[in-house]
Amino acid sequence: MPQNYVPIFIFIAFIGILIPITLLAAKLVRPDNPSKSKLMPYECGIDPLDSSRGRYTVRFYIVAILFVVFDVETIFLFPWAVRFKALGMYGLVEMLVFLIILIVGYIWIWKKGALEWV
Amino acid sequence: MTTPPFNLADYIMSLPIILLTLFALGILLIDLVTPKRWKWMNAVTALVGIAFSTGAIVFRSQKALRLSGGSGLLAYSNSMLIDRYALYFWYLFLAAAAISILLSVRYLEIEQENHGEYYALILFSVVGMMCMAAGLDVVLIFIGLELMAISTYVLVGFLRTNRRSNEAALKYLLLGAFSSGIFAYGLSLLYGLTGQTNLIGIAQGLQQRMASGNGHPGPIMVIALLTTATGLLFKIAAVPFHQWAPDAYEGAPTSIAGFMSVAVKAAAWAMLLRIVLIGLGPLRSVYVPLFIFVSIASMTAANLAALTQSNMKRLLAYSSIAHVGYMLLGLVAGTTTQVSVDGIRGILMYLLVYTFMNLGAFGVIASLRQRNVIGDELDDIAGLYYRAPTESVLMLLFLLSLAGIPPLAGFYGKYFIFLSLIETGHYALASLAVIYAVFGLYYYMKIANYIFMREAIDKTRLPLSWGMRAGLGIAAFATVFIGIYPEPFIRTVNWSLGLAQSALVAGLTH
Amino acid sequence: MVPLNYYLLLSGFLFACGVAGFLIKRNIITIFMSIELMLNGVNLSFVAFAAHWHALSGQIFVFFVMVVAAAEAAVGLAIIIAVYRTRETLNVDQVNLLKL
Repeated sequence: MPQNYVPIFIFIAFIGILIPITLLAAKLVRPDNPSKSKLMPYECGIDPLDSSRGRYTVRFYIVAILFVVFDVETIFLFPWAVRFKALGMYGLVEMLVFLIILIVGYIWIWKKGALEWV
Repeated sequence: MTTPPFNLADYIMSLPIILLTLFALGILLIDLVTPKRWKWMNAVTALVGIAFSTGAIVFRSQKALRLSGGSGLLAYSNSMLIDRYALYFWYLFLAAAAISILLSVRYLEIEQENHGEYYALILFSVVGMMCMAAGLDVVLIFIGLELMAISTYVLVGFLRTNRRSNEAALKYLLLGAFSSGIFAYGLSLLYGLTGQTNLIGIAQGLQQRMASGNGHPGPIMVIALLTTATGLLFKIAAVPFHQWAPDAYEGAPTSIAGFMSVAVKAAAWAMLLRIVLIGLGPLRSVYVPLFIFVSIASMTAANLAALTQSNMKRLLAYSSIAHVGYMLLGLVAGTTTQVSVDGIRGILMYLLVYTFMNLGAFGVIASLRQRNVIGDELDDIAGLYYRAPTESVLMLLFLLSLAGIPPLAGFYGKYFIFLSLIETGHYALASLAVIYAVFGLYYYMKIANYIFMREAIDKTRLPLSWGMRAGLGIAAFATVFIGIYPEPFIRTVNWSLGLAQSALVAGLTH
Repeated sequence: MVPLNYYLLLSGFLFACGVAGFLIKRNIITIFMSIELMLNGVNLSFVAFAAHWHALSGQIFVFFVMVVAAAEAAVGLAIIIAVYRTRETLNVDQVNLLKL
């Protein structure tokens, strides 16, 4: 139904007009005298040491790997939690089996030292 | 919403899978506290796990199957079909895994990578294979496939500091994940066409669609078939989707290359036969020409490429692609007419004999690994007969069997395939296959020529560890025994197909 | 209600982008992202069909595809790190020790 999209197009057009107008109005109204101290990072911030496109230590990748694996376990926990009552004992036992397998993996990772930030 | 049914029988039927999983997890934990000198114990644990799993098939799954009196038992809400076909493949996977483990122990010690995870990963991949062979629901088949594939990616790259191993793992992973993506897309289209994830439901849905379209498949159906078939053909390494195989086999640890070429391939075949014969059964008229093309391409490209290889693992990889071409001919024969099961029987027989002879050949290569020599180049085996007579004779045996010379096991693999082709009137294909078999003889004998007819550069005798002896012994014994006395194995294959007894099994008897 | 065809076109487009990226791109990480894109195309098509058929099994398949994608990504990253450690490049054209 294309007519359902009409409000969205109006909304987009409205944004497209309003934002340049407000920015332009602010530019005209506000006083404009930049100085060196104003352009520095905020007083409690830290001066950037390097470009943010630089290299990361390989540790971040290992953390990312571990995160990805343990993150997706929730994909199975959520539906189970939603239908907890209906699934009953059967669901509980099955989920425990699933979690035990994950815990074995977790112990393995821990003992292998992948969780330590060397 | 009803409570899902809890059925103890399901767990008893799948006890082999559960036991293997437990042993694999156990190895992971035990390995953490095992001192370096005792790492070989992990191999023993894995073998015990395989023994337990085999016992569970013999005494639980088979018994339950017999008691039920039927051809197959459905488990886990119809997602798993445990029938004789599945059990046949389970035995095959366990045998291949056991021999691979025996061949690995010494090899890993030399590579200084003898970690317990290796054996755990082999067991995990066998669990995945079992799910593939027994899966009737594409969800289960897909999970099994990925469990197997991901374990194998790691195993291929197991020699972490070896550049060839890394590279092989990377290529295998990228192409494997790519093919899984295509396969999953095909499954999603099949699901869209039929609204079912169960293979039988998919077959019924496709049947209805074909009937309503006057026997013509629609474009979506053809795309679904092509994408699914592409994924499947990738996994069995058929031309034109074979490029990963030589790279993966060459870079992988030799013991794993052997395991991949037999067990992983058998699992892919088990999955392919189930999907093609049951799920895609109604599209028979569309896919038979496709398989004819792929099988001719596989035989041609692989046999020609194998002629010029100087690395034995690469040569065996191309030869395994050629063998896939022969097996695809069996599929062509098995699906052309409604009644022919000889082609399918040929494939199962081929996979059985191929497991032993190819694993044996890779085992001999693995036994040549020393501290400074990889032992997979043709020059490394020059004059091997003077350094290691036992291995040389065994290698000759495996090579002759691979070439299909009677009375060795490999002969019966080809025999049934060719027989089925002639029975179904594919004379041209049969003669083409025979010609390519002669090509095969040439490059297998090239290896034998290097072993027996060249002078050895280095005259030192090569040691043979107990694990190697056992593994090679089993493979050689099976190769000779199946060749001399094939009747029990033919009977087993007939039994596994449940010939003329069950409509469910492989959807053969309509 | 958006018609089923729109979803299918989008999922086909995502899948095709993934395939094209896989074939064209030379950086391993980018190739990997292309594979993820393919799997997301698959997911979208499964969800659309599940809504069309009013059947849950398609959505369940999506869960498993996501988990498989995560596991593949984890193993893939690990292998990529190993490759990088041994040869200091992530360009597939320079990972060429095994001849084709």
